[in-house]
Amino acid sequence: MTAGLWQNWLLPGVWITIQLTLFSAVFAAAVAFGIGIARTSRLWIVRFLTGFYVEIFRGTSALVLMFWLFFVMPLAFGYQLVSMWAAVLALGLTYGAYGSEIVRGAIASVAPAQREAAIALSFTPAQRMRRVILPQAIPEMIPPFNNLLIELLKATALVSAVSVADITFAAQLSRLATGDSLEIYAIILVLYFVLAFVLTRLMRLLERRAKAGIGQAPVKSDKGPLVTRKLSARQESEQSSNIITGGAQ
Amino acid sequence: MTWNWDVAKDFLPELGRGLLITLEATALGSILAFALGLVWAMAFRSPTRFVRWPVAAVVEFIRNTPLLVQLFFFYYVLPTWDIKFSALTTGVIALGLHYSTYTAEVYRAGIDGVPKGQWEAATALSLSRGRTWTAVILPQAIRRVVPALGNYVIAMLKDSPMLALIGVVDMLQKARAEGASSFQYIEPYTMVGIAFIVIAYPASLLMRALERRLGH
Repeated sequence: MTAGLWQNWLLPGVWITIQLTLFSAVFAAAVAFGIGIARTSRLWIVRFLTGFYVEIFRGTSALVLMFWLFFVMPLAFGYQLVSMWAAVLALGLTYGAYGSEIVRGAIASVAPAQREAAIALSFTPAQRMRRVILPQAIPEMIPPFNNLLIELLKATALVSAVSVADITFAAQLSRLATGDSLEIYAIILVLYFVLAFVLTRLMRLLERRAKAGIGQAPVKSDKGPLVTRKLSARQESEQSSNIITGGAQ
Repeated sequence: MTWNWDVAKDFLPELGRGLLITLEATALGSILAFALGLVWAMAFRSPTRFVRWPVAAVVEFIRNTPLLVQLFFFYYVLPTWDIKFSALTTGVIALGLHYSTYTAEVYRAGIDGVPKGQWEAATALSLSRGRTWTAVILPQAIRRVVPALGNYVIAMLKDSPMLALIGVVDMLQKARAEGASSFQYIEPYTMVGIAFIVIAYPASLLMRALERRLGH
Protein backbone atom coordinates (compact mmCIF):
# COMPACT_ATOMS: atom_id res chain seq x y z
CA MET A 1 0.00 0.00 0.00
CA THR A 2 1.37 3.40 -0.91
CA ALA A 3 1.83 6.28 1.48
CA GLY A 4 -0.57 8.57 -0.36
CA LEU A 5 -3.51 6.26 0.26
CA TRP A 6 -2.80 6.27 3.96
CA GLN A 7 -2.56 10.01 4.30
CA ASN A 8 -5.28 11.00 1.89
CA TRP A 9 -7.91 8.32 2.45
CA LEU A 10 -7.41 5.92 5.33
CA LEU A 11 -6.50 8.36 8.09
CA PRO A 12 -9.30 10.82 7.18
CA GLY A 13 -11.51 7.74 6.92
CA VAL A 14 -10.69 6.78 10.51
CA TRP A 15 -11.55 10.31 11.57
CA ILE A 16 -14.89 10.19 9.69
CA THR A 17 -15.71 6.86 11.34
CA ILE A 18 -14.95 8.29 14.79
CA GLN A 19 -17.08 11.35 14.08
CA LEU A 20 -19.93 9.23 12.75
CA THR A 21 -19.82 7.02 15.83
CA LEU A 22 -19.81 9.98 18.21
CA PHE A 23 -22.58 11.95 16.48
CA SER A 24 -24.77 8.88 16.02
CA ALA A 25 -24.17 7.84 19.63
CA VAL A 26 -25.20 11.26 20.95
CA PHE A 27 -28.29 11.28 18.73
CA ALA A 28 -29.13 7.68 19.60
CA ALA A 29 -28.73 8.42 23.33
CA ALA A 30 -31.14 11.36 23.03
CA VAL A 31 -33.65 9.16 21.20
CA ALA A 32 -33.12 6.30 23.67
CA PHE A 33 -33.79 8.46 26.74
CA GLY A 34 -36.67 10.32 25.13
CA ILE A 35 -38.44 7.19 23.92
CA GLY A 36 -37.43 5.03 26.89
CA ILE A 37 -38.82 7.50 29.44
CA ALA A 38 -41.91 8.19 27.35
CA ARG A 39 -42.70 4.46 27.33
CA THR A 40 -43.22 4.65 31.10
CA SER A 41 -45.84 7.38 30.57
CA ARG A 42 -49.26 7.15 32.17
CA LEU A 43 -50.98 8.09 28.91
CA TRP A 44 -51.70 5.04 26.77
CA ILE A 45 -51.41 7.04 23.54
CA VAL A 46 -47.83 8.05 24.39
CA ARG A 47 -46.96 4.46 25.29
CA PHE A 48 -48.59 3.20 22.10
CA LEU A 49 -46.85 5.67 19.78
CA THR A 50 -43.41 5.16 21.31
CA GLY A 51 -43.91 1.39 21.27
CA PHE A 52 -44.87 1.67 17.60
CA TYR A 53 -41.70 3.66 16.90
CA VAL A 54 -39.52 1.04 18.59
CA GLU A 55 -41.09 -1.86 16.69
CA ILE A 56 -40.79 -0.07 13.33
CA PHE A 57 -37.16 0.91 13.71
CA ARG A 58 -36.10 -2.37 15.27
CA GLY A 59 -38.03 -4.26 12.63
CA THR A 60 -36.36 -2.84 9.58
CA SER A 61 -32.77 -3.08 8.48
CA ALA A 62 -30.40 -0.18 9.20
CA LEU A 63 -29.00 -0.41 5.68
CA VAL A 64 -32.46 -0.28 4.09
CA LEU A 65 -33.34 2.70 6.28
CA MET A 66 -30.14 4.43 5.19
CA PHE A 67 -30.96 3.88 1.52
CA TRP A 68 -34.46 5.09 2.15
CA LEU A 69 -33.28 8.32 3.79
CA PHE A 70 -30.68 8.80 1.10
CA PHE A 71 -32.73 8.08 -2.03
CA VAL A 72 -36.41 8.34 -1.13
CA MET A 73 -36.46 11.38 1.13
CA PRO A 74 -35.13 13.80 -1.51
CA LEU A 75 -37.72 12.58 -4.03
CA ALA A 76 -40.64 12.28 -1.67
CA PHE A 77 -40.18 15.43 0.40
CA GLY A 78 -37.80 17.41 -1.81
CA TYR A 79 -35.33 17.55 1.04
CA GLN A 80 -31.79 16.34 0.50
CA LEU A 81 -29.67 15.69 3.56
CA VAL A 82 -25.88 15.77 3.28
CA SER A 83 -24.98 12.08 3.07
CA MET A 84 -23.08 12.17 6.38
CA TRP A 85 -26.16 13.47 8.21
CA ALA A 86 -28.49 11.05 6.47
CA ALA A 87 -26.21 8.33 7.83
CA VAL A 88 -26.19 9.81 11.35
CA LEU A 89 -29.98 10.08 11.23
CA ALA A 90 -30.41 6.46 10.11
CA LEU A 91 -27.97 5.08 12.70
CA GLY A 92 -29.30 7.29 15.49
CA LEU A 93 -32.94 6.38 14.85
CA THR A 94 -32.19 2.64 14.61
CA TYR A 95 -29.85 2.35 17.58
CA GLY A 96 -31.93 4.82 19.58
CA ALA A 97 -34.82 2.35 19.26
CA TYR A 98 -32.64 -0.45 20.63
CA GLY A 99 -31.29 1.87 23.34
CA SER A 100 -34.76 2.87 24.47
CA GLU A 101 -35.36 -0.73 25.54
CA ILE A 102 -32.22 -0.55 27.68
CA VAL A 103 -33.43 2.68 29.27
CA ARG A 104 -36.86 1.19 29.89
CA GLY A 105 -35.40 -1.98 31.40
CA ALA A 106 -33.08 -0.05 33.70
CA ILE A 107 -35.89 2.25 34.87
CA ALA A 108 -38.11 -0.77 35.52
CA SER A 109 -35.35 -2.39 37.57
CA VAL A 110 -35.07 0.45 40.09
CA ALA A 111 -36.48 -0.85 43.37
CA PRO A 112 -40.22 0.04 43.67
CA ALA A 113 -39.67 1.25 47.22
CA GLN A 114 -37.53 4.07 45.83
CA ARG A 115 -40.43 5.24 43.69
CA GLU A 116 -42.85 4.93 46.59
CA ALA A 117 -40.53 6.85 48.90
CA ALA A 118 -40.32 9.64 46.34
CA ILE A 119 -44.13 9.72 46.10
CA ALA A 120 -44.37 9.77 49.89
CA LEU A 121 -42.05 12.81 49.91
CA SER A 122 -44.49 14.37 47.40
CA PHE A 123 -41.95 14.76 44.61
CA THR A 124 -43.49 15.68 41.28
CA PRO A 125 -43.17 12.96 38.60
CA ALA A 126 -40.41 15.00 36.91
CA GLN A 127 -38.48 15.40 40.16
CA ARG A 128 -38.95 11.71 40.87
CA MET A 129 -37.46 10.77 37.52
CA ARG A 130 -34.61 13.28 37.66
CA ARG A 131 -33.57 12.99 41.28
CA VAL A 132 -34.43 9.42 42.29
CA ILE A 133 -35.01 7.03 39.39
CA LEU A 134 -32.48 8.09 36.74
CA PRO A 135 -29.45 8.45 39.05
CA GLN A 136 -29.96 4.83 40.05
CA ALA A 137 -30.92 3.57 36.62
CA ILE A 138 -28.06 5.13 34.63
CA PRO A 139 -25.19 3.06 36.09
CA GLU A 140 -27.17 -0.08 35.19
CA MET A 141 -27.52 1.10 31.60
CA ILE A 142 -23.82 1.50 30.95
CA PRO A 143 -22.80 -2.16 30.32
CA PRO A 144 -25.61 -2.81 27.81
CA PHE A 145 -24.98 0.61 26.28
CA ASN A 146 -21.38 -0.48 25.80
CA ASN A 147 -22.55 -3.44 23.71
CA LEU A 148 -24.84 -1.18 21.73
CA LEU A 149 -22.03 1.31 21.13
CA ILE A 150 -19.86 -1.43 19.62
CA GLU A 151 -22.79 -2.45 17.41
CA LEU A 152 -23.11 1.19 16.37
CA LEU A 153 -19.40 1.45 15.59
CA LYS A 154 -19.66 -1.63 13.39
CA ALA A 155 -22.80 -0.33 11.72
CA THR A 156 -20.99 2.86 10.68
CA ALA A 157 -19.31 0.70 8.02
CA LEU A 158 -22.70 0.72 6.23
CA VAL A 159 -22.34 4.41 5.39
CA SER A 160 -19.72 3.52 2.79
CA ALA A 161 -22.69 2.27 0.74
CA VAL A 162 -24.05 5.82 0.48
CA SER A 163 -20.61 7.23 -0.39
CA VAL A 164 -19.56 8.66 2.96
CA ALA A 165 -15.75 8.47 2.99
CA ASP A 166 -15.30 6.39 6.17
CA ILE A 167 -12.66 3.68 6.70
CA THR A 168 -14.60 1.08 4.74
CA PHE A 169 -15.05 3.46 1.83
CA ALA A 170 -11.33 4.28 1.93
CA ALA A 171 -10.59 0.56 1.88
CA GLN A 172 -12.73 0.11 -1.22
CA LEU A 173 -10.88 2.91 -2.99
CA SER A 174 -7.51 1.54 -1.93
CA ARG A 175 -8.46 -1.88 -3.20
CA LEU A 176 -9.43 -0.46 -6.57
CA ALA A 177 -6.21 1.54 -6.72
CA THR A 178 -3.72 -1.12 -5.62
CA GLY A 179 -5.48 -4.49 -5.75
CA ASP A 180 -3.95 -5.52 -2.41
CA SER A 181 -7.24 -6.82 -1.02
CA LEU A 182 -5.76 -8.95 1.74
CA GLU A 183 -3.54 -6.30 3.30
CA ILE A 184 -6.08 -3.53 3.07
CA TYR A 185 -8.99 -5.45 4.55
CA ALA A 186 -6.81 -6.98 7.26
CA ILE A 187 -5.64 -3.50 8.28
CA ILE A 188 -9.20 -2.18 8.27
CA LEU A 189 -10.46 -5.04 10.42
CA VAL A 190 -7.68 -4.43 12.95
CA LEU A 191 -8.48 -0.70 12.96
CA TYR A 192 -12.13 -1.43 13.79
CA PHE A 193 -11.07 -3.85 16.50
CA VAL A 194 -8.78 -1.25 18.08
CA LEU A 195 -11.59 1.33 18.01
CA ALA A 196 -13.97 -1.17 19.64
CA PHE A 197 -11.40 -1.98 22.31
CA VAL A 198 -10.79 1.69 23.13
CA LEU A 199 -14.54 2.36 23.31
CA THR A 200 -15.04 -0.56 25.68
CA ARG A 201 -12.24 0.58 27.99
CA LEU A 202 -13.74 4.08 28.10
CA MET A 203 -17.16 2.64 28.94
CA ARG A 204 -15.70 0.49 31.72
CA LEU A 205 -14.13 3.62 33.18
CA LEU A 206 -17.45 5.42 32.97
CA GLU A 207 -19.21 2.50 34.61
CA ARG A 208 -16.81 2.46 37.54
CA ARG A 209 -17.25 6.17 38.11
CA ALA A 210 -21.03 6.03 37.79
CA LYS A 211 -21.28 3.13 40.23
CA ALA A 212 -18.91 4.83 42.66
CA GLY A 213 -21.23 7.84 42.45
CA ILE A 214 -24.08 5.82 43.98
CA GLY A 215 -21.83 3.78 46.25
CA GLN A 216 -21.78 0.46 44.36
CA ALA A 217 -18.84 -1.71 43.43
CA PRO A 218 -18.66 -2.53 39.72
CA VAL A 219 -20.01 -5.96 38.87
CA LYS A 220 -17.18 -8.36 38.19
CA SER A 221 -17.73 -10.38 35.07
CA ASP A 222 -15.49 -13.34 35.85
CA LYS A 223 -15.88 -15.20 32.57
CA GLY A 224 -17.14 -12.30 30.52
CA PRO A 225 -15.79 -11.76 27.03
CA LEU A 226 -12.86 -9.42 26.50
CA VAL A 227 -14.76 -6.70 24.74
CA THR A 228 -18.44 -7.22 24.28
CA ARG A 229 -21.23 -9.44 23.16
CA LYS A 230 -24.25 -8.74 21.08
CA LEU A 231 -27.63 -9.00 22.64
CA SER A 232 -31.03 -8.12 21.33
CA ALA A 233 -32.61 -5.11 22.94
CA ARG A 234 -34.93 -7.36 24.92
CA GLN A 235 -32.04 -9.30 26.31
CA GLU A 236 -30.26 -6.05 27.07
CA SER A 237 -33.05 -4.98 29.37
CA GLU A 238 -33.12 -8.40 30.97
CA GLN A 239 -29.40 -8.22 31.45
CA SER A 240 -29.66 -4.93 33.27
CA SER A 241 -32.32 -6.35 35.55
CA ASN A 242 -30.12 -9.37 36.20
CA ILE A 243 -27.40 -7.08 37.47
CA ILE A 244 -29.81 -5.77 40.09
CA THR A 245 -30.89 -9.21 41.26
CA GLY A 246 -27.36 -10.54 41.16
CA GLY A 247 -28.12 -12.66 38.11
CA ALA A 248 -30.71 -14.78 39.91
CA GLN A 249 -33.13 -16.30 37.45
CA MET B 1 -45.13 12.50 -1.80
CA THR B 2 -45.75 10.98 -5.22
CA TRP B 3 -46.46 7.35 -4.57
CA ASN B 4 -47.22 5.57 -7.82
CA TRP B 5 -49.30 2.42 -7.44
CA ASP B 6 -48.44 1.20 -10.94
CA VAL B 7 -44.72 1.24 -10.15
CA ALA B 8 -45.42 -0.52 -6.87
CA LYS B 9 -47.47 -3.18 -8.64
CA ASP B 10 -44.77 -3.73 -11.26
CA PHE B 11 -42.10 -4.06 -8.59
CA LEU B 12 -44.05 -6.58 -6.51
CA PRO B 13 -42.94 -9.74 -8.40
CA GLU B 14 -39.33 -8.52 -8.30
CA LEU B 15 -39.70 -7.96 -4.57
CA GLY B 16 -41.00 -11.50 -4.20
CA ARG B 17 -38.02 -12.99 -6.05
CA GLY B 18 -35.64 -10.85 -3.98
CA LEU B 19 -37.40 -11.95 -0.82
CA LEU B 20 -36.75 -15.60 -1.67
CA ILE B 21 -33.01 -14.87 -1.96
CA THR B 22 -33.08 -12.87 1.28
CA LEU B 23 -34.79 -15.77 3.07
CA GLU B 24 -32.42 -18.29 1.51
CA ALA B 25 -29.36 -16.33 2.66
CA THR B 26 -30.84 -15.99 6.15
CA ALA B 27 -31.74 -19.68 6.41
CA LEU B 28 -28.36 -20.95 5.17
CA GLY B 29 -26.53 -18.36 7.28
CA SER B 30 -28.49 -19.50 10.34
CA ILE B 31 -27.61 -23.14 9.81
CA LEU B 32 -23.93 -22.26 9.52
CA ALA B 33 -24.11 -19.94 12.55
CA PHE B 34 -25.84 -22.60 14.67
CA ALA B 35 -23.32 -25.30 13.75
CA LEU B 36 -20.16 -23.18 14.05
CA GLY B 37 -21.38 -21.50 17.23
CA LEU B 38 -21.74 -24.91 18.85
CA VAL B 39 -18.19 -25.76 17.81
CA TRP B 40 -16.88 -22.52 19.38
CA ALA B 41 -18.90 -23.06 22.55
CA MET B 42 -17.55 -26.58 22.99
CA ALA B 43 -14.01 -25.38 22.23
CA PHE B 44 -14.37 -22.81 25.05
CA ARG B 45 -14.85 -25.77 27.38
CA SER B 46 -11.82 -27.62 26.09
CA PRO B 47 -9.46 -28.84 28.82
CA THR B 48 -6.39 -27.42 27.06
CA ARG B 49 -5.81 -23.70 26.87
CA PHE B 50 -4.08 -24.15 23.49
CA VAL B 51 -7.57 -24.69 22.10
CA ARG B 52 -9.44 -22.28 24.36
CA TRP B 53 -7.30 -19.20 23.90
CA PRO B 54 -6.91 -19.09 20.11
CA VAL B 55 -10.63 -19.80 19.67
CA ALA B 56 -11.53 -17.07 22.16
CA ALA B 57 -9.23 -14.62 20.37
CA VAL B 58 -10.66 -15.38 16.93
CA VAL B 59 -14.26 -15.22 18.16
CA GLU B 60 -13.59 -11.95 19.98
CA PHE B 61 -12.03 -10.46 16.86
CA ILE B 62 -14.82 -11.49 14.52
CA ARG B 63 -17.46 -10.27 16.93
CA ASN B 64 -15.96 -6.80 17.25
CA THR B 65 -15.38 -6.02 13.61
CA PRO B 66 -18.06 -5.06 11.09
CA LEU B 67 -19.86 -7.76 9.15
CA LEU B 68 -19.71 -5.58 6.05
CA VAL B 69 -15.91 -5.44 6.07
CA GLN B 70 -15.75 -9.20 6.66
CA LEU B 71 -18.06 -9.63 3.71
CA PHE B 72 -15.74 -7.58 1.48
CA PHE B 73 -12.77 -9.45 2.91
CA PHE B 74 -14.17 -12.82 1.85
CA TYR B 75 -15.47 -11.53 -1.44
CA TYR B 76 -12.21 -9.91 -2.59
CA VAL B 77 -9.53 -11.93 -0.77
CA LEU B 78 -10.73 -15.51 -1.26
CA PRO B 79 -10.45 -15.36 -5.08
CA THR B 80 -6.81 -14.25 -4.75
CA TRP B 81 -6.22 -17.54 -2.93
CA ASP B 82 -7.93 -19.36 -5.80
CA ILE B 83 -10.99 -20.12 -3.71
CA LYS B 84 -13.94 -19.17 -5.85
CA PHE B 85 -17.48 -19.00 -4.55
CA SER B 86 -20.61 -17.32 -5.85
CA ALA B 87 -21.60 -14.04 -4.22
CA LEU B 88 -24.43 -15.77 -2.37
CA THR B 89 -22.15 -18.48 -0.97
CA THR B 90 -19.62 -15.87 0.10
CA GLY B 91 -22.38 -13.90 1.76
CA VAL B 92 -23.71 -16.93 3.58
CA ILE B 93 -20.21 -17.80 4.83
CA ALA B 94 -19.61 -14.26 6.12
CA LEU B 95 -23.07 -14.03 7.69
CA GLY B 96 -22.82 -17.48 9.28
CA LEU B 97 -19.29 -16.95 10.57
CA HIS B 98 -20.10 -13.52 12.01
CA TYR B 99 -23.23 -14.69 13.80
CA SER B 100 -21.61 -17.92 14.99
CA THR B 101 -19.61 -15.75 17.39
CA TYR B 102 -22.89 -14.58 18.90
CA THR B 103 -24.57 -17.96 18.99
CA ALA B 104 -21.43 -19.32 20.68
CA GLU B 105 -22.21 -17.01 23.59
CA VAL B 106 -25.80 -18.27 23.67
CA TYR B 107 -24.71 -21.91 23.68
CA ARG B 108 -22.16 -21.14 26.37
CA ALA B 109 -24.86 -19.70 28.62
CA GLY B 110 -27.00 -22.78 27.93
CA ILE B 111 -24.14 -25.17 28.68
CA ASP B 112 -23.22 -23.28 31.86
CA GLY B 113 -26.87 -23.56 32.88
CA VAL B 114 -26.79 -27.35 32.93
CA PRO B 115 -26.40 -28.36 36.62
CA LYS B 116 -22.96 -29.54 37.62
CA GLY B 117 -24.51 -32.77 38.94
CA GLN B 118 -25.26 -33.79 35.37
CA TRP B 119 -21.57 -33.69 34.48
CA GLU B 120 -20.72 -35.63 37.62
CA ALA B 121 -23.43 -38.19 36.93
CA ALA B 122 -22.04 -38.71 33.43
CA THR B 123 -18.59 -39.23 34.92
CA ALA B 124 -20.01 -41.64 37.51
CA LEU B 125 -21.64 -43.65 34.72
CA SER B 126 -18.23 -43.58 33.00
CA LEU B 127 -19.69 -42.16 29.82
CA SER B 128 -17.13 -41.13 27.25
CA ARG B 129 -16.57 -37.42 26.59
CA GLY B 130 -18.46 -37.64 23.32
CA ARG B 131 -21.44 -39.41 24.90
CA THR B 132 -21.48 -36.92 27.78
CA TRP B 133 -21.86 -34.06 25.32
CA THR B 134 -24.34 -35.67 22.92
CA ALA B 135 -26.50 -37.64 25.34
CA VAL B 136 -26.45 -35.56 28.53
CA ILE B 137 -25.32 -31.96 28.20
CA LEU B 138 -26.38 -30.73 24.75
CA PRO B 139 -29.98 -32.00 24.86
CA GLN B 140 -30.50 -30.05 28.06
CA ALA B 141 -28.54 -27.00 26.96
CA ILE B 142 -30.00 -26.50 23.50
CA ARG B 143 -33.66 -26.71 24.47
CA ARG B 144 -33.20 -23.69 26.70
CA VAL B 145 -31.42 -21.53 24.16
CA VAL B 146 -33.79 -21.99 21.21
CA PRO B 147 -35.55 -18.60 21.68
CA ALA B 148 -32.21 -16.78 21.97
CA LEU B 149 -31.01 -18.47 18.79
CA GLY B 150 -34.25 -17.43 17.11
CA ASN B 151 -33.53 -13.80 17.98
CA TYR B 152 -30.28 -14.06 16.06
CA VAL B 153 -32.10 -15.45 13.04
CA ILE B 154 -34.14 -12.24 13.05
CA ALA B 155 -30.95 -10.21 13.44
CA MET B 156 -29.43 -12.07 10.49
CA LEU B 157 -32.52 -11.37 8.40
CA LYS B 158 -32.05 -7.67 9.10
CA ASP B 159 -28.33 -7.78 8.28
CA SER B 160 -28.79 -9.77 5.07
CA PRO B 161 -29.34 -6.64 2.88
CA MET B 162 -25.58 -6.07 3.22
CA LEU B 163 -25.17 -9.00 0.82
CA ALA B 164 -26.58 -6.73 -1.89
CA LEU B 165 -23.36 -4.73 -1.66
CA ILE B 166 -21.39 -7.68 -3.05
CA GLY B 167 -24.02 -8.25 -5.70
CA VAL B 168 -26.35 -10.85 -4.21
CA VAL B 169 -29.73 -10.28 -5.87
CA ASP B 170 -31.79 -9.98 -2.69
CA MET B 171 -34.61 -7.54 -1.98
CA LEU B 172 -32.34 -4.54 -1.54
CA GLN B 173 -30.42 -5.32 -4.72
CA LYS B 174 -33.70 -5.57 -6.64
CA ALA B 175 -34.66 -2.15 -5.32
CA ARG B 176 -31.27 -0.70 -6.23
CA ALA B 177 -31.50 -2.13 -9.74
CA GLU B 178 -35.00 -0.72 -10.16
CA GLY B 179 -33.82 2.69 -8.96
CA ALA B 180 -30.78 2.65 -11.22
CA SER B 181 -32.71 1.73 -14.37
CA SER B 182 -35.95 3.68 -14.05
CA PHE B 183 -35.19 6.28 -11.34
CA GLN B 184 -38.12 4.91 -9.39
CA TYR B 185 -36.70 5.07 -5.89
CA ILE B 186 -39.68 5.81 -3.67
CA GLU B 187 -41.76 2.68 -4.18
CA PRO B 188 -39.03 -0.03 -4.27
CA TYR B 189 -37.11 1.14 -1.20
CA THR B 190 -40.26 1.78 0.80
CA MET B 191 -41.65 -1.65 -0.10
CA VAL B 192 -38.39 -3.35 0.92
CA GLY B 193 -38.48 -1.55 4.27
CA ILE B 194 -42.09 -2.58 4.84
CA ALA B 195 -41.31 -6.17 3.83
CA PHE B 196 -38.68 -6.37 6.58
CA ILE B 197 -41.07 -5.08 9.20
CA VAL B 198 -43.82 -7.42 8.02
CA ILE B 199 -41.51 -10.44 8.46
CA ALA B 200 -39.44 -9.37 11.46
CA TYR B 201 -42.24 -8.16 13.71
CA PRO B 202 -44.36 -11.36 13.78
CA ALA B 203 -41.12 -13.36 14.08
CA SER B 204 -40.07 -11.43 17.15
CA LEU B 205 -43.56 -11.88 18.66
CA LEU B 206 -43.17 -15.61 18.05
CA MET B 207 -39.80 -15.63 19.80
CA ARG B 208 -41.25 -13.82 22.81
CA ALA B 209 -44.03 -16.40 23.02
CA LEU B 210 -41.43 -19.20 22.79
CA GLU B 211 -39.38 -17.62 25.57
CA ARG B 212 -42.42 -17.55 27.82
CA ARG B 213 -43.30 -21.15 26.93
CA LEU B 214 -39.82 -22.47 27.63
CA GLY B 215 -39.82 -20.73 30.98
CA HIS B 216 -37.40 -17.86 30.72
